[in-house]
Amino acid sequence: MESLYLLVPLSVVLVFLSGWLFWRALESGQFDDLERPAHDIVADDDKPLKP
Amino acid sequence: MRCAACLWLIEQVLRRAPGIIRADVNYTTRRAQLAWDPAQTRLAELIASIRAVGYDATPYDPQRQEALYRRERRVALWRLFVAGFGAMQVMMYAFPAYISRGELSGEAAQLMRWASLLITLPVVLFSCQPFFAGALGDLRSRRIGLDTPIALGLAGAFVASSWATFTGTAEVYFDSISMLAFLLLAARYAQLVATRRATAQLDRLLAWAPSAALAPGERVTIAPGERVPADGIVEQGISSADESLLTGEARAVPKHPGDALLAGSVNYEQPLTMRVTRAGADTQAAAIARLAERAASQRPPLVAAADRIARQLTVLVLATALGAALYWGDVWVAVAVLIATCPCALGLAAPIVLTRANAWLLARGALVTRSAAYETLARVTDVVLDKTGTLTSGRMTLARTVLLGTQSERAAITLARSLEAASRHPLSRAYGDGPTLAVQSQRHVAGEGIEATVGERRVRIGTERFCRELAGPPAPCHQSLDDCRVFLAAEQEWIAAFELRDALRPEAAAFIAALRARRLGVHLATGDRLEAGAAIARLLWIERYAGDMAPQDKCDYVARLQRAGRVVAMVGDGLNDTPVLARADVSFAMGAGADAAQLAADVVLPGNRLGAIIDALVGSRRAMQLVRGNFGWALAYNGAALALAAAAFIGPWEAALGMAASSIIVMLNASRTLGVQSPWKASTSSSRFPSYSYS
Repeated sequence: MESLYLLVPLSVVLVFLSGWLFWRALESGQFDDLERPAHDIVADDDKPLKP
Repeated sequence: MRCAACLWLIEQVLRRAPGIIRADVNYTTRRAQLAWDPAQTRLAELIASIRAVGYDATPYDPQRQEALYRRERRVALWRLFVAGFGAMQVMMYAFPAYISRGELSGEAAQLMRWASLLITLPVVLFSCQPFFAGALGDLRSRRIGLDTPIALGLAGAFVASSWATFTGTAEVYFDSISMLAFLLLAARYAQLVATRRATAQLDRLLAWAPSAALAPGERVTIAPGERVPADGIVEQGISSADESLLTGEARAVPKHPGDALLAGSVNYEQPLTMRVTRAGADTQAAAIARLAERAASQRPPLVAAADRIARQLTVLVLATALGAALYWGDVWVAVAVLIATCPCALGLAAPIVLTRANAWLLARGALVTRSAAYETLARVTDVVLDKTGTLTSGRMTLARTVLLGTQSERAAITLARSLEAASRHPLSRAYGDGPTLAVQSQRHVAGEGIEATVGERRVRIGTERFCRELAGPPAPCHQSLDDCRVFLAAEQEWIAAFELRDALRPEAAAFIAALRARRLGVHLATGDRLEAGAAIARLLWIERYAGDMAPQDKCDYVARLQRAGRVVAMVGDGLNDTPVLARADVSFAMGAGADAAQLAADVVLPGNRLGAIIDALVGSRRAMQLVRGNFGWALAYNGAALALAAAAFIGPWEAALGMAASSIIVMLNASRTLGVQSPWKASTSSSRFPSYSYS
């Protein structure tokens, strides 16, 4: 039963950590366009990749 | 803007502002159209008045709109994630309390409660912000909106549960709160995506603007792959153009010197040089965009009625919640009532379907200029067709030349061409391209013909009567000429009679067959001679036809049908049809027709495609069917939920599930297909032009 006192606070910390990770992914634009990147492979683009 | 009630509020605020002439706000496109008196107010003041009631407004700019949408989407996703993850976690903390009957030690239970509170805190403070902001805006303007019951329910549940946590007594419902927040936000997010999809087609048209730097008469060269910057006529080069942005026609249209180019179309193969005829706001693309925007900013009576009912329902919900709380002595019953019966689904029922229908029809070459037209379009029983320019292409071609004098056929045609060269009458193009003679003192006689001096002789072209005045004796022409006859005569001499024919559009027969297959009454009403109308009617299997009709006769014809209880759609073209287009219940105008006719028409066909009329009739029926289904479902849900929640049959979490499900079902129903289309066609038409080529 004592382990609860460690695990419950730990789970709260984990929730906030995963929240932060999702926020970073969101801000970097990962969810901005869910359709076009899938078609990018088909598009003829001769420009070199950005380094 | 979160719901139809917000829209009503913004409109009211704007309409009460001094100096405002007109204010229309569209929920789906989130755009407002304002007309104001610059002497009395400024745009900045109007925007400030919108901000004062808790909304944000910026002048319309497609790029900015895009950035705003991106921002809005990110925040919405973030709120949704916080609520969803919070709900999952809180559910785990609540689980032991649900299954253990007194086995859980008081301390462990208290620990779970504190952990739940800690996680629900960001859910309520951050994720639920839109609901509180909405309710606050409602409060500030002293009215009741859709957010009021939701915010009241959430706040009440959270405060009661927090109090229970601090004092260590009574039940906590953190799990219900976070789940409710998650489901409601999921419904709102789905709504955001659905409206965005519905307006994408319109945005494509609005986002592109014809070049303002050009002026009529200038010459421009358009490279392959470039958009045509203004309306014009090809002077050099042979290529083909994609006009799908304007006409919905997916096939490339061949372009030769002398052909018209539309602003907004894409040149495909070879460079073209064109002479600009209309630039900037005068182009057809700009006119279509204006019409489309006007249609999008008007609220059809159906939607207005739904909004009114939704507002009244909200008041009823609040009253019921208060009554239920007092009767049962339990705040949770009130929370369930508040949440379960929020009439959000009702507000969503029609606008999304209608916006989708607009976009769907625009892509098929039919531009609905009045959103109120859908209700009538769906009830049409009879279609009255004009002949010239509608069933026929409206371009006269020379079918036969009967020589009446001594001149050769070639000379007669050259003479006719020279006389008609300066005329803008549709008949004048019939004589083709070729050499012309020098013509002096030209005179047009309306409805009769043209007189001019060629060389030393006075020559007339036009009706037989008009020419007889010049030629003297009646025309020595005994052959019966079927179609439109034009005579050419000089002083004391008949030269020739021309038989001109207006060719049927190639799809006319299939169009009439499709109308008949849908059991619609088909009528032909033409201003042309009865025999000409009869010939076309026989060819196309139209049973009811009338000819020799003046504009007033057409009006009477439509009125007679209407008195017999029929709902009449008129398809016309040209200035002569304007009165009858206004008289009919719903009207279609071919896009190549005169501008005035287009303004009087409910539906404009920029691509002149007759099939688009079928699409409009079928699509509107289907759209109204979906709207009715949505209304029925939303009302039934709200009624049932109100009764069940007030009778304390459903708890807060069931209420949340029901509420979110009703909104999502309405939205899914609204996204159903509007017409019969094979998946293959859908996939080819969307992948042919990747979306980025328009950016």
